[in-house]
Amino acid sequence: MVLVSPDLLETPMSAPSPTATEPRSRRSPASIAVWVLVALVGAVCWSVLALSRGEEVSALWILFAALASYAIAYRFYSRFIARRVLKLDDRRATPAERLENGSDYEVTDRRVLFGHHFAAIAGAGPLVGPVLAAQMGYLPGTIWIIVGVIFAGAVQDMVVMFFSMRRDGKSLGQMIREEIGVVGGTAALVAVFAIMIIILAVLSLVVVNALAESPWGVFSIGLTIPIALFMGFYLRYIRPGRVLETTGIGVVLLLLAIVGGGYVESWGLGEALTLDKETLTLMLVAYGFVASILPVWMLLTPRDYLSTFMKIGVIILLAVGLVMANPVLSAEAMSPFASSGEGPVFAGKLFPFLFITIACGALSGFHALISSGTTPKMVAKERQVRMIGYGGMLMESFVAISALIAACVIDQGLYFAMNAPLGATGGTPETASQFVGALGYTISPDALTAAAAAVEEDIISRTGGAPTLAFGISQIFTDAFGGNLQAFWYHFAIMFEALFILTAVDAGTRVGRFMLQDTIGNFWPKFGDTSWKPAAWGASAVVVAAWGYMLYVGVTDPLGGINQLFPLFGIANQLLAAIALTLCVTLFLKHGWLKWVWVPGVPLAWDLVVTMTASYQKVFSDNPAIGYFAQADATRTARDAGELSGAAQNADQMDVIIRNSTTNGVLQATFAVLVIIVVANAAVIWVKAVRAGSLPTTEVPATPSTLVAPADFVATKEEKAELARWEAERAEKAGTP
Amino acid sequence: MSAVAVRVREAWTGVRWYLREVSGEGRWDAYVARCSAEGVAPMSRRAFERQRDHEREHSARGKCC
Repeated sequence: MVLVSPDLLETPMSAPSPTATEPRSRRSPASIAVWVLVALVGAVCWSVLALSRGEEVSALWILFAALASYAIAYRFYSRFIARRVLKLDDRRATPAERLENGSDYEVTDRRVLFGHHFAAIAGAGPLVGPVLAAQMGYLPGTIWIIVGVIFAGAVQDMVVMFFSMRRDGKSLGQMIREEIGVVGGTAALVAVFAIMIIILAVLSLVVVNALAESPWGVFSIGLTIPIALFMGFYLRYIRPGRVLETTGIGVVLLLLAIVGGGYVESWGLGEALTLDKETLTLMLVAYGFVASILPVWMLLTPRDYLSTFMKIGVIILLAVGLVMANPVLSAEAMSPFASSGEGPVFAGKLFPFLFITIACGALSGFHALISSGTTPKMVAKERQVRMIGYGGMLMESFVAISALIAACVIDQGLYFAMNAPLGATGGTPETASQFVGALGYTISPDALTAAAAAVEEDIISRTGGAPTLAFGISQIFTDAFGGNLQAFWYHFAIMFEALFILTAVDAGTRVGRFMLQDTIGNFWPKFGDTSWKPAAWGASAVVVAAWGYMLYVGVTDPLGGINQLFPLFGIANQLLAAIALTLCVTLFLKHGWLKWVWVPGVPLAWDLVVTMTASYQKVFSDNPAIGYFAQADATRTARDAGELSGAAQNADQMDVIIRNSTTNGVLQATFAVLVIIVVANAAVIWVKAVRAGSLPTTEVPATPSTLVAPADFVATKEEKAELARWEAERAEKAGTP
Repeated sequence: MSAVAVRVREAWTGVRWYLREVSGEGRWDAYVARCSAEGVAPMSRRAFERQRDHEREHSARGKCC
């Protein structure tokens, strides 16, 4: 392949194709009418949401406000970024085309890659965060999920993907090291690893909380392991490569496992499967370790198939269910906790904690790890970055909106009874009812008992978001599809969330293991060999021990693990986004795109303000409900005075609170400092780049592309014609060797 | 009526194609096609899938939260 000079892109390539760069729009009257209509629908939905107070509001207003906003943002803003800002150019060959090797570099159909990318970015985060954020009412969450994704989250994913694609699919860490500097690169590497550990711990905590004292849940989730093993062996030895057939069998077995869970009591397994949180923690840690060292075909790959198909299935089902059930929102537009900051689900005011809590559905730093490295090596044409990067994140945001709706349609008394920590609700219907009453909501003990009976689970203080979401989904599905199946739907939803999370835990532990092996491999090359068992086992053990310890901290926390650890998780994820956006700003300035630097710059500034305010409050606030160190101090003072404080039952628990709060505080401060180091290192480059006008970057020189493929979900008439012409040309060439 | 049937069949073919591609099942077809275009005898399905397992074993593809 011939390398072309950089000025090639200034002049038209040899055979300029009419669709190589984003074409100027031809506004047909029909298209104008459609977009005016979409804008009208959006405007009406937003107006209803903004103006309704104290009346019955249908959840569909939120759904359609979101869809209309996404459509407009995709059509106009992402197109603007693609055409004017990044100048995506289909005349340049992508790494997939230039370096195709049949494994990681591979030209992939855009719709297939969209599916892969979405499956990799979507996890439990956008399901859990919005549920917790619902304590502030439906409006703040709705606004941030939609505005955040349009201007921050989707922009980050798309821009990072673009820059990585122009650098042969380099990872985020590599790009930071090469474009910002060794200091920033090292800080970023440490931050990514530490943040991943926290994410794994918090996700595991969600699973532990959902399965504790739930024999039905333990039974069905436990069965996913033998089901996955069966699928693994079936695919390996009986029907190699028949993924769809195997997954079909797996899904049927999974559904049977959920149904079977309803009978555990009558089978006499109830007691054996009623596990406390400590036992579940140990089991999960052991599972994580084994899953990380077993051959991937045995457990990881089949689990991934199951989880992906369940994920897509539930998302579609939920969207259909919402439209059919047309539920009314029970939550207020804005609850008093938004301004008081004294909500029982998590402490702190709307600013900054709403943004921290929603995290993944609006802006997720973790996506930058997928958008760099994996996906860009498979993109066929540059312009497809728009649909895969921006479009993929819009879809994730839609999942977050659905989760928010599910949390906001359930009775708000029930919501708070489920999500307040055990120390607050007391764990019985009577005490929980009193506690909720003191918050200003009403639910009778009988109503709580009836709700628990409907899903055949304890529901008081089932924190972590997953049970609440499952309850909301079960209510929506029961309304939509009829039948007396609420308990089934509840456990179906729990299963789907747990499956998601366990897949993330498996894969995350492996990624952590590879990162660790890679890093240590720089000093001790043998350790970097991924097939050397002692290294693989050792690195897996370290990763599992790290998240396992944090999980244990969460599980044993007398103050309630989720309200303590979730902010740490949210801030960590948003800090990672700050690192990714810092890289984007740096590259904009190095390329000399000062004029457009606001595109990643505004979300970066906002994200830094949010994360630094939140970090500052978590570290320095003298309110023990918010500041980790203030919490430790207050508890220490009380302990020294021989008193018990918070939810502690004895002096040992007081020590646990002091230790946990200090650990969390130290971690929180470390994350923030690491990010400040990256940003400070980058700022030096920013100044240099702005002074010089631009700086050299590691962008790979342009090479002409010979591939033809449409850019968007649906091919235009011109694209189809060009594709047909190209295919005919190829066939002709193949015919005359 | 037959137009509807054609439409349904087309949609089914599309869905089937998508599922096979997304799940990676279609990789085998692509491999066989490539081999026949190059005039090489393809390896067995089992050997092909073993090789893909091996590649997966030594790469870490992340999942998000």
